[in-house]
Amino acid sequence: MVRSEQKPFEEILDYLEGTKKVFILGCDGCAQASQTGGWPQVLEMKERLEGAGKEVTGCTVVDFLCQKALVASRLRPLEEQVMAADGVLILTCGIGVQAASAVIKRPIFPGCNTVPLGGTRGEWMGAERCLECGDCLLYWTGGICPLTACSKGLINGPCGGASNGKCEVSKEKDCGWELIYQRLKELGQLHRLKKFIAPKDYNKMRPRPEILSTSLWALEQRD
Amino acid sequence: MAFKEALQSGKFTVTAEVGPLKGTDTTEVLEVAELLRGKVDGVNVTDQQSAVMRLGSLVTCHLLIQKGLDPIFQMTCRDRNRIALQSDLLNAHVLGIKNVLAITGDYPTLGDHPDAKAVYDIDSVQLVWTINRMNQGYDLAGNELQGKTDFFVGAVVTPITDTEAAFELQLIKMEKKIEAGARFFQTQAVYDVDAFARFMKRAEGFGVPILAGIIPLKSVGMARYMNKNVAGVFVPEHLIEEMSKAEDKAQRGLEIAARLIKDLKDLCQGVHIMAIGWEKKVPEILELAGLA
Repeated sequence: MVRSEQKPFEEILDYLEGTKKVFILGCDGCAQASQTGGWPQVLEMKERLEGAGKEVTGCTVVDFLCQKALVASRLRPLEEQVMAADGVLILTCGIGVQAASAVIKRPIFPGCNTVPLGGTRGEWMGAERCLECGDCLLYWTGGICPLTACSKGLINGPCGGASNGKCEVSKEKDCGWELIYQRLKELGQLHRLKKFIAPKDYNKMRPRPEILSTSLWALEQRD
Repeated sequence: MAFKEALQSGKFTVTAEVGPLKGTDTTEVLEVAELLRGKVDGVNVTDQQSAVMRLGSLVTCHLLIQKGLDPIFQMTCRDRNRIALQSDLLNAHVLGIKNVLAITGDYPTLGDHPDAKAVYDIDSVQLVWTINRMNQGYDLAGNELQGKTDFFVGAVVTPITDTEAAFELQLIKMEKKIEAGARFFQTQAVYDVDAFARFMKRAEGFGVPILAGIIPLKSVGMARYMNKNVAGVFVPEHLIEEMSKAEDKAQRGLEIAARLIKDLKDLCQGVHIMAIGWEKKVPEILELAGLA
């Protein structure tokens, strides 16, 4: 899941300055779940653009804009509408915009910002977060991740900035380290906090090369 | 006597803090240096204090050495990754800086560039550990140094907290810092001597010298502001009342600071005076405390 939010309409209009005819492309995957690029948002955008004096040559929503072969096949019957436009406004995440841009032969305009998941998996209902750090520390911290529970991602203890158990970054946020302390205390395992954790290998947070090279597009190109 | 020697001689040691200003004007800092020379054992130079961008600690420490003072180079983990931190430590050694204080650093949103990317590549315990490694002739990655550092490494601790968890965590982290190589501690400001005594009961067994933090009160408003906004600072109501009744509030603030120093003298190994704009009054505080 990738989360997105629509850019302010003024920013979209700024992009479109000098562009008269627009095709709007939405996504029925994550952008639909984020309520930024499903059919309702695409139709709403069409209305707003027309209200701003633009001509919308057509619009559609593809199941997953991140799948280039799918985008290409779905746009084929609409080719005339797409090519009649001066540009295509794409309402989806950064991956969808990049994938769609690779197959659309018109100038493109991103209509959304992709926002951080912060270690969630999108619409995850719990408070748990995972940064995929590649070197799990949960043994030392009672099953509460210091990288995500602490605003600074400190792994050897708190900074001293908390007030009444709340983080210096936001009074709405619990100090992750105080949560860790309470959990370990309940478990009788406070001694785990005494372990010195060496500097992390942040290289482990970069995607592995084998993951980078296994895009569907690469597979699609193979045959 | 230099800071390290003063602390190791068993003398009640005094350090003061100076904060460089925003810009290239060093007049104020150099004036303060003149006034502090011979009056304090060491001078901390803050590192982009409160996440507000200013002249750096490294260069200011260098200027203080030229003025005959022994600076304590404060380093936060907020703005530099492990490469830049280590390089600045090498720079500091070459500039003749002897003491370093390792700190996490306030989050950027607390300062005047709230959009800045926070680094925190390594944390304060790891920074202490890294400095110790460099003292032994190796960098963090284990590579040998052509010429090692020789720093007297310190760290900070908040002795008075508002939750049990925060208190215990401070002690646990303090022990980790000592194991990583911290040889002295400077604390957050103390106004409650009894609460500080409770902390010392737990911490004195660690056998590492502790300098209690002193922030002279300038006004009732400042006391209330710190109680509301500064983590780990608690000004008791009776002190606020004493300030509000005083005719000359500024003078009373200095007297309270001096009184706190006297009361803390038997509990710890020194005091660290963070005057926050009142640096020029530090000699007067020390005189009132009988330390001049």
